[in-house]
Amino acid sequence: MIRVQAMPFDPGGELNTFSASVAGAGAIVSFTGVVRDVAGSLSGMEIEHYPGMTEKALGAIRGEAMLRWDLADALVIHRIGQLEAHESIMMVVTASKHRKDAFEAAEFLMDYLKSRAPFWKKEITSDGSDWVASKAEDEDALSRW
Amino acid sequence: MQVMYFAWVRERIGVPREEVETSAATVADLVAELRGREERYDVAFADVSALRVALDQELVDFDAPLAGVREVAFFPPMTGG
Repeated sequence: MIRVQAMPFDPGGELNTFSASVAGAGAIVSFTGVVRDVAGSLSGMEIEHYPGMTEKALGAIRGEAMLRWDLADALVIHRIGQLEAHESIMMVVTASKHRKDAFEAAEFLMDYLKSRAPFWKKEITSDGSDWVASKAEDEDALSRW
Repeated sequence: MQVMYFAWVRERIGVPREEVETSAATVADLVAELRGREERYDVAFADVSALRVALDQELVDFDAPLAGVREVAFFPPMTGG
């Protein structure tokens, strides 16, 4: 399932609900991305996206993961709009019979949604706001798949 | 066609979307046409290597043809996750 939402979500609750729905899976891997405050001056984050393309791109990335690995299911949640420091930005959960498939698929989903899903982060600090720059290593990460 | 801008491209151009009448054959031709219009476009498109483009919500290269396309979107590299 793919969810793009402005509302905060509870990663623990999401993981429990997902786990209950894939009772036979045996291996469940989850990753949660959190708004970090490295400099101690971050007051929040704003996430812009491209409605329509976002859902399409995430669906395609999830579909590719379901084909390439032996997965019972995969969940992707991504926030949009205003976020506060320490809130969860996004979450990926994969379920498989095998640990390796669950881990690899979760990493694949993370790598692709970082630089192939149309989201743009803007950090808001006490000094103003600035768009987060993409990193060459995020693009390089795709080459291993 | 509908031309859309996101993140700092939107901020530099000043609108999130606009209807553009064009006979440009490719994305690169459309960019050249827009740059010739006004300075804000010229500034936003000064370095296309810092930009990405999607045609009808699919990522493409700047040499992609525009024939039959309804929606063009320009934006910086994506920073999700």
